[in-house]
Amino acid sequence: MKIDHSLPLEYSTQENQMKILGFWIFLGAEIMLFATLFASYFVLAPRTGSGPAGSSIFELTPVLAETILLLTSSFTIGLAIHAMRLGRTKPMLVFFGITLILGLAFLGVEIYEFNHYIHVGAALQTSAFTSILLTTLGTHGAHVTFGLVWGLFIMIQIKKNGLTPQTANKSFIFSLYWHFLDVVWIFIFSFIYLKGMM
Amino acid sequence: MEFFERFAIPHPSPAIYASMVAIGLTVIAIIAGLTYFKKWGYLWREWLTTVDHKRIGIMYLISALLMLFRGGADAIMMRAQLSMPENKLLDAQHYNEIFTTHGVVMIMFMAMPFIMALMNFVVPLQIGARDVAFPRLNALSFWLFFMGAMLFNISFVIGGSPDAGWTSYFPLAGTEFSESVGTNYYMIALQIAGIGTLATGINFMTTILKMRAPGMTLMKMPMFTWSAFITNIIIVFAFPVLTVALAMGTLDRLFASNFFTTNNGGMDMLWANLFWVWGHPEVYILVLPAFGIYSEIISTFARRNLYGYKSMVASMVIISLLSFLVWVHHFFTMGQGAFVNSIFSITTMAIAVPTGVKIFNWLFTLWKGKIVITTPMLYSLLFIPLFTIGGVTGVMLGMSAADYQYHNTMFLVAHFHLVIIPGVVFAMLAGLTYYWPKMFGFMLNERLGKLSAWIISISTLVAFIPMFFSGLDGQARRMYTYSEQAGFTMWNMISFVGAAGLAIGFALIVYNIYYSIRYAPRDIGSDPWDARSLEWATHSPVPEYNFAIVPNVDSTEAFWDAKKKGHKLFKGELEKIHMPNNSPIPFIMSSIFFVWGFSFVFAMWIPLIIATIGIFGCMAYQSFEKDHGRYISVEEIKETEEKLGGPTV
Repeated sequence: MKIDHSLPLEYSTQENQMKILGFWIFLGAEIMLFATLFASYFVLAPRTGSGPAGSSIFELTPVLAETILLLTSSFTIGLAIHAMRLGRTKPMLVFFGITLILGLAFLGVEIYEFNHYIHVGAALQTSAFTSILLTTLGTHGAHVTFGLVWGLFIMIQIKKNGLTPQTANKSFIFSLYWHFLDVVWIFIFSFIYLKGMM
Repeated sequence: MEFFERFAIPHPSPAIYASMVAIGLTVIAIIAGLTYFKKWGYLWREWLTTVDHKRIGIMYLISALLMLFRGGADAIMMRAQLSMPENKLLDAQHYNEIFTTHGVVMIMFMAMPFIMALMNFVVPLQIGARDVAFPRLNALSFWLFFMGAMLFNISFVIGGSPDAGWTSYFPLAGTEFSESVGTNYYMIALQIAGIGTLATGINFMTTILKMRAPGMTLMKMPMFTWSAFITNIIIVFAFPVLTVALAMGTLDRLFASNFFTTNNGGMDMLWANLFWVWGHPEVYILVLPAFGIYSEIISTFARRNLYGYKSMVASMVIISLLSFLVWVHHFFTMGQGAFVNSIFSITTMAIAVPTGVKIFNWLFTLWKGKIVITTPMLYSLLFIPLFTIGGVTGVMLGMSAADYQYHNTMFLVAHFHLVIIPGVVFAMLAGLTYYWPKMFGFMLNERLGKLSAWIISISTLVAFIPMFFSGLDGQARRMYTYSEQAGFTMWNMISFVGAAGLAIGFALIVYNIYYSIRYAPRDIGSDPWDARSLEWATHSPVPEYNFAIVPNVDSTEAFWDAKKKGHKLFKGELEKIHMPNNSPIPFIMSSIFFVWGFSFVFAMWIPLIIATIGIFGCMAYQSFEKDHGRYISVEEIKETEEKLGGPTV
């Protein structure tokens, strides 16, 4: 394994570089996945059948809380990677931990939100609109859940092995993933909630 | 007992019971054979846990050939049923199941793995790499495909086959009209195989972008590698659409959501659109690598470099873009209106332009070439006229106004078979014959090979040309029988004869493999075809590290120039080589995926949850595992090279 010390740790071996490129390509596929969900959402959003429309079930407060939590977590994961570039393990782990806690809080609010929808009669089975709404939100939420477990495993590995080319690489890729989920959320916030509440 | 009732087949017949017995006996025979010959350890160490791209390629190849015969058996049954009017060989339900599984198996589990086989085997060799970018992910891709295929194939003995067509249009595929678990199998088996394919797409894009030999710029890559690169880009952007569509279909069927239903706002046409947004690019995922194979073979056996390299690349890029812009032409008659249809008519016909460029480039490569007729070359030459028949009728179908006459008739069936068989199957058979010596170190018999090429080509025409006529006369596709007065009898009888001919042709290929294993000479050297690109610059069969020294490339046909102009391909000294370790994780994880899929099909939630935990457990284990690969020492390399006959160039 040749390590090139002129590059940041996460890029320092050929394997690491390939993993980062491969992950960018994977994010390309993820964009297609969410684009398909959004396209289907736009088609099905007006098709509410006998169920409620978006404007009557969306609540601004939890949605705003989710947005602030997730956007902040994207900022803190950026700080974590910055600390990693400076080679400072401890602040990195702290910011990484804050990111995951914010993610967990986001997930909590989202679970509350889902509970609310089912409570007001907007379940998966209610109409085409509720089906696609809950599937799109659920796919994003499942990604966040996966990210929480994944991120925790990376933190354990950094704690055990310190910042090596492998752990730095994993952390950097995790940060790409987390930023990506943030971008998807911005689209959800703008085109599902804001558009729906108008 | 009630628990087991769900596994019963809804429409049993003697043929299915016979298949059950046959499957049982085969499994017992395999297990007994492996135990008797003490091959379990060998199978586990050398194949099930391997991460070597060449072995994975060979496993894809074996799977594809097995599935070719499964799909072929379906085809023969369909043609036999239609050979006579009012035939009682199959009833409507069985016919529905058989045309569904024929389509799915041939596209997803025969053509796809065949292409994956050649890509896996050839691409790393052509770019002078030691393996793909992510060898373990590559093994996972294969095993996910394999488990998806197995899950799909057990449907006809456990719970019943899908019967809503390979396109599974809703609302027919919904629970209202397809009650049995068949369509669940379709949704979930394709999902599992599709995840594997997506991973392959990411893997090969990274491999081709990052692992080319020194000096091989993008515009010096062999044409097959170019075609593989473009194909994998299409895979990465098309497969997520299928993932979403299948997930929605699964939710509709198992959780009563309302995506594609006919009430509560559900929209059945959304399925058709999503399916074909994936489905049309899928056509090019199949045919572009095939075009790549033809490019390699035609330039090798015309003894000329490929005519119009840049225009070949440009036309593939254009095809890949257009492939995403034509999906509506699969359902012109389903109510978009004239304006939308016109747009998609134009984009459809536009694809004929870059495809035409490729055909002319091959013809110009042949022009003034010193043509050598070998089996692969014979397939390539027969491909051009046959594929043109399929292509031109495709332009006819692409005219939306005229399509109202052709839609859902046998005319369409004739068209797409005459595109896919010469376009994809011929290429795969040509590629199989061409790369066989590289894979196994001996050649397939040329006389038998050419004979089967002729039989298959003529039978293809005999089987499918009559369908153009019966289709124009009004014979609908997917109808299990017709009356004598309809007047389709003669055409269908001719078709049946052609189908039988195809069966003989494929059986001959199997015989050829058997014959060549027994009698073919083994001392053929590393370059039996006098070929042009890097894969022929190493030994046959290829050592696990591919190249003892990484080749240096300075032209599009590096090996040819090394042979003829004395360019030095291998510079420098032997060094120890870093290789990845074998891993059981891909196989174990995919096996759990099989259990996961099976539980999902039958809505058995507890095993499903356990399997889900198992899948994530495998991922966690993989994350914590410390595996930095191993090194092959210089002495070992020297020994291997000596055994394989010293330097090749």
